[in-house]
Amino acid sequence: VFHRECGVFKTTYEADMAFYPLPVARWAAAVLAVIFFLVLPLTLHEYYLSVANLVWVAVIGALGLNILVGYTGQVSIGHGAFMSVGAYTAANLATRLDSPWPVNLLAGGLMAAAVGAIVGIPSLRIKGLYLAIATLAGQLIIEWTINHVTFISGGVQASIEVPRPRLGAMVLDSQRDMYYFLLVFVVLAIVGTMNLVRSRVGRAFIAIRDQDIAAEIIGINIFRYKLLAFAISSFYAGVTGVLYTYFLGIANYEQFQIGVSIDYLAMIIIGGLGSVLGSIFGAIFVTLLPIAIRYSMEAFGGIFFSQATVLNLIPNLRLVLFGALIIAFLIVEPEGLNRLWRNIRSYFRVWPFAY
Amino acid sequence: MRQVLAILTVLGLGASSALAPGAAHAQSKGEIVIGVQCDRTGPTSIVGVVLCPAFHDYVSLVNAKGGVEGYRIKAIEIDHEYKVPPAVESYERHKKEGAVTMAVYGTPQIYALTAKLTEDRIPGTSPGFGSAAAADGARYPYIFPIAATYWSQGAAAVDFAKKQLAGSLKGKKIAYIFYDNPAGREPIEVLESIAEKEGFQLKTFAVPPPGVEMGAQVLDIAQRYRADFVIAHLFGGAPSVSIKEFKRVGYPLRKVVSFVWGAAEANIEGAGGFPAAEGYYAMQFAGVGTDYPVLNEIREMYKKEGKEPPKGMASTVFYNRGVLIAALHVEAIRNAVKAKAGGKITGADAKAGFEKISNFTLGGLVPPLKITATDHEGGGLVQIWQVKDGKFVKVTDWFAAYQDVVAKHIKDHGAKK
Repeated sequence: VFHRECGVFKTTYEADMAFYPLPVARWAAAVLAVIFFLVLPLTLHEYYLSVANLVWVAVIGALGLNILVGYTGQVSIGHGAFMSVGAYTAANLATRLDSPWPVNLLAGGLMAAAVGAIVGIPSLRIKGLYLAIATLAGQLIIEWTINHVTFISGGVQASIEVPRPRLGAMVLDSQRDMYYFLLVFVVLAIVGTMNLVRSRVGRAFIAIRDQDIAAEIIGINIFRYKLLAFAISSFYAGVTGVLYTYFLGIANYEQFQIGVSIDYLAMIIIGGLGSVLGSIFGAIFVTLLPIAIRYSMEAFGGIFFSQATVLNLIPNLRLVLFGALIIAFLIVEPEGLNRLWRNIRSYFRVWPFAY
Repeated sequence: MRQVLAILTVLGLGASSALAPGAAHAQSKGEIVIGVQCDRTGPTSIVGVVLCPAFHDYVSLVNAKGGVEGYRIKAIEIDHEYKVPPAVESYERHKKEGAVTMAVYGTPQIYALTAKLTEDRIPGTSPGFGSAAAADGARYPYIFPIAATYWSQGAAAVDFAKKQLAGSLKGKKIAYIFYDNPAGREPIEVLESIAEKEGFQLKTFAVPPPGVEMGAQVLDIAQRYRADFVIAHLFGGAPSVSIKEFKRVGYPLRKVVSFVWGAAEANIEGAGGFPAAEGYYAMQFAGVGTDYPVLNEIREMYKKEGKEPPKGMASTVFYNRGVLIAALHVEAIRNAVKAKAGGKITGADAKAGFEKISNFTLGGLVPPLKITATDHEGGGLVQIWQVKDGKFVKVTDWFAAYQDVVAKHIKDHGAKK
């Protein structure tokens, strides 16, 4: 990701598809692993780790949505609902059967995948905005069901408290424990997605995205792969929901409403559709930007305004700035932060010689 | 050129966030931090824009009068737009700044933070929202509703209806119109229990979110069901719509009592102003109006600084609630500081401080709550105010009703899990 290469000398498909295109990439990955697994958690205050944890949850969810929207080209506004399916499956298992978290995690993911595949059925006949509305209906139906069926929601409050995950005798309750817990799944999600998109299945997804009739003609079973895309994407969403539930200690219906689906769509559009790195950038950007804006306002707002005005200004200006920056970034680079990053890289690749 | 521009943008953003200082003023000596969550921009901004400044006004007043036993109070506010992830971030930030109490805002937020508050031993308040079962201090040691929960509000509403209907509910018909979300459905179980006890007929009418379409339900209540009394539990813009709809079908508003989130000046103004809502009953967990000593002191404070009092003070329902929340936090801290002479208080001390609050009324603005280690609600006290001649007029003093029924539900809820 962070390496520079000089020219393209690939002579085989294997080389072209390699996970690490250059030896230096392996080193870069190792350095990143050391930073994220050792340096950051051992040096940062718990507060910063809590922010990182929010980012990690978002990264997994965004990766899942990008598989569906970015790689397969099927718009979905139901991601938040799929998260809730995973969350409530895990929460029910945890409280009713007292099952351990790995079982709940897997069950939550699989249940979300099953529901996702069902909601994805309209994608066989419709595309684009029409499909978006169909998935929106899915979101609303799932929301309504969780809201009203007390067997699923655990009571009229629609919230189920879950015990903290355990690792042997250790209870993972501090933000630092959670950081490691979530980071493991972030790595799995990133590696899983990168491998998925360079596999046969991933190529089929991309073919469907680019032109589904052509894909069908070259022998891709559209029915199977579209539903598979929905299932895999929802599996990620379900896992995100379960992790979020364990992170907060509660599954609550209002954590997964339609606004969440929109937020995740925003992440992958800002980050870059159809790219793993873009999903990560988008998740980081959407989660951290409001916080960064608030810190800047707190630091500099007092110079111009009174304290009471600053307090009133921060939330409002944050919304405006957040929107403005998204527009600015998309104007600078419509293909998202991932493309921006690649542009920067290719600029420095030949630096100091332009072009 | 484009790349250069892009790089500059990225670098600029990076620099601005790096320059922003960590704002790491830890709890310095002589300063006690309260973490305040707020929603000035999200779906409930109608509340937040008045309630949050009120919180700061009260804290400033306390500091102007020399603080709490010599300690200055510092209220750090973070806006979360009624979203859960920013609320988590704000909680951790407050914790880092050394907050000993947290004024959480919003039902999903208090749910999401319950586990953390308990693990970190920091008391968090959820006045007028959150789970009614959290009144059980033994089960939720660090959650403090500190105001009538939806269960107590439901019980009080039935009691009020009973008094309006000449002291008996036998064979009467009561309609419960509610916003169809967990908070809206929460009181139903208590209402059903009381209906059984009092022998009245209860029918529920759900209003689907976003709560702007309820013509059919209101018509049903007025024409088909012909309710003798209506209990309304709506949020946001929905209370205003309900007032308009009841007017339209000719149902008398003096037979409608609203829960606390349909009870503010803003709701009445949204329905077309006070004359249009004449007769409407509104339930309150803080006193209404401008006629309280503490509000005079806040106005004095502004005058001394040569400033006009804030416009938000005219919206007395939300403003007074903000003062109430701040006052109870400060009072809890005061109790904690007194109990721990010279020492630095912690969240656990503040929890004990909350549990000592008793008969702290602030000249009538706060109900005479009695918060104990087992009762974090403080008695479930409310007042009913009526829209009359262009303003809210007090109809009842502080009262609570059917607390035995509410207590039974709290107990059952605790046993279930």
